[in-house]
Amino acid sequence: MTQALTDLGDYIAAALPNDVLGTEVNRCGELTVTVRAPSIAKVLTYLRDDSSCLFKQLMDVCGVDWPAREDRFDVVYHLLSMKHNQRIRVKVATDEDTPVPSVVGVFKAAGWFEREVWDMFGVVFSDNPDLRRILTDYGFEGHPLRKDFPLTGYVELRYDDEQKRCVYEPVKLTQDFRQFDFLSPWEGPGLLPGDEKAPSSDKVGGNN
Amino acid sequence: MAEATIKSYNINFGPQHPAAHGVLRLILEMSGESVDRADPHIGLLHRGTEKLIEHKNYVQSVPYFDRLDYVGTMNQEHAFVLATEKLLGIEVPERGQWIRTLYCEIGRILNHLLNVTSFVFDVGGMTPILWGFEEREKLMEFYERASGARLHANYFRPGGVAADLPPGLTDDILAWCETFPKVLDDIETLVTENRIFKQRTVDIGTVSVEQALDWGFTGPNLRACGVPWDLRKSQPYEKYAEVEFDIPIGKHGDCYDRYLVRVVEMRESVRIMQQCIAKMRPGPVKTQDHKVSPPPRAEMKRSMEALIHHFKLFTEGFHVPAGEVYAAVEAPKGEFAVYLIADGTSRPYRCKIRPPGYVHLQALDMMSKGHMLADVVANIGSIDIVFGEIDR
Repeated sequence: MTQALTDLGDYIAAALPNDVLGTEVNRCGELTVTVRAPSIAKVLTYLRDDSSCLFKQLMDVCGVDWPAREDRFDVVYHLLSMKHNQRIRVKVATDEDTPVPSVVGVFKAAGWFEREVWDMFGVVFSDNPDLRRILTDYGFEGHPLRKDFPLTGYVELRYDDEQKRCVYEPVKLTQDFRQFDFLSPWEGPGLLPGDEKAPSSDKVGGNN
Repeated sequence: MAEATIKSYNINFGPQHPAAHGVLRLILEMSGESVDRADPHIGLLHRGTEKLIEHKNYVQSVPYFDRLDYVGTMNQEHAFVLATEKLLGIEVPERGQWIRTLYCEIGRILNHLLNVTSFVFDVGGMTPILWGFEEREKLMEFYERASGARLHANYFRPGGVAADLPPGLTDDILAWCETFPKVLDDIETLVTENRIFKQRTVDIGTVSVEQALDWGFTGPNLRACGVPWDLRKSQPYEKYAEVEFDIPIGKHGDCYDRYLVRVVEMRESVRIMQQCIAKMRPGPVKTQDHKVSPPPRAEMKRSMEALIHHFKLFTEGFHVPAGEVYAAVEAPKGEFAVYLIADGTSRPYRCKIRPPGYVHLQALDMMSKGHMLADVVANIGSIDIVFGEIDR
């Protein structure tokens, strides 16, 4: 299976040399193809129609935020080929301003998925006929799944009995949001004071 | 009579209409009584599950999956624990796998019973929902006896299941498997050849194979169009490769076929459940690697190491090596998948949930175009949507 996927990756890379940036089969046995963002519609059309691919179904489109990167967003497409019983993952990278071409023309199912990525991450899809917000409230501001968006959000909603309608107010937390960072204590603080005097073999701290 | 021009107008369907199956707000552009465009407005139940999971460790994330599709809860947990296990590279013991398979099928029947009977309810039949809920209650009792909760089970864990089945439970499940087909027969006698039901569903919301693939259909909705595709057969996970069952498919892809496929699937699920119980042997139900699954309580009283494992697991949680994985299961509604990105810490970096209902609801516009207003209700009922998973 892994070998078949590696071959398929090479085949795709050879067929679309100007569009594919890289292919990789990861340790879970999944094929990932990274492509240039402007070519995404072309690549997906090829994957859908080529006889050794036949990825006829678009299962999922989602965004991933990597704030440290220059192109901070990944848009990840998952495709399924029933004919060959294979899955493939196609990735493109983009930033906040550069639109990704919509693939609604290739797969109808992409419509809502792209709306969701726009809603959650603020990635713009050019040519999507209906790029409205989908999961958040009417008139919502911000893109909640970005890593710099706080878990508690910025506004809260309540029913105001005097005005007889729902009103938005800034979030008021009666106690600070507690983010327990369990990651550091177990990893150890690195060198403890005085460690530099001990011989290197019996240092405490560090990685276990 | 003079000719009159009818102005097209909009109808607001829901969000509190009982036939909307939850909080669906549907803007219908009508011309006369036929639908020109259906625009579902979703998100009224959005709770930010994916964002919350990024702030929890892996074991703490599992209960969120119960709250997605709250009618067949363990099937959702399954996708997430499979994804975690793939990243960790751990194996689940035999008995654990059988229990999971068994409970996934219970979840499937739970889901199909609710969907089939409430669908019949939507198009005018009151009795099946009463009978169906009686059976659902018994199944939820099985959930409760295994996990302690009727709905939000939190029973599947990375590495296995939370606890072994209590003694006598499998016998009761077997006894139920004997009686349930009769209840299903009763429901079918009322519905399957019912003239009113057929008038409301046959040739309504017909979806061709090409349309189904284009719109990303999965599960019973896809099989009703005549595509024999089921992840339990084609990409078997857990013990599905070792049990015998058939995949029902439809011919026309209309509301009636979708109903039929679900009914037959319930019968197949009963078959799988019986085989699971027959093949189940005593043994551990979760991985014995105590870096992932907690040690038994008794051991903790004596062993220092077990105590440390327990403490670390329930404060920090286990670390998952960096990587990404897409794990899909055949949930009752279709392909339910989790795309999980781990960054090496004890929390998921990103957990994208692929709900089948989201995709199916998107196609409602295509299915309802040109149909009458009442047929929209039949379409919504037949594609099996639950807003917990669509809005996430």
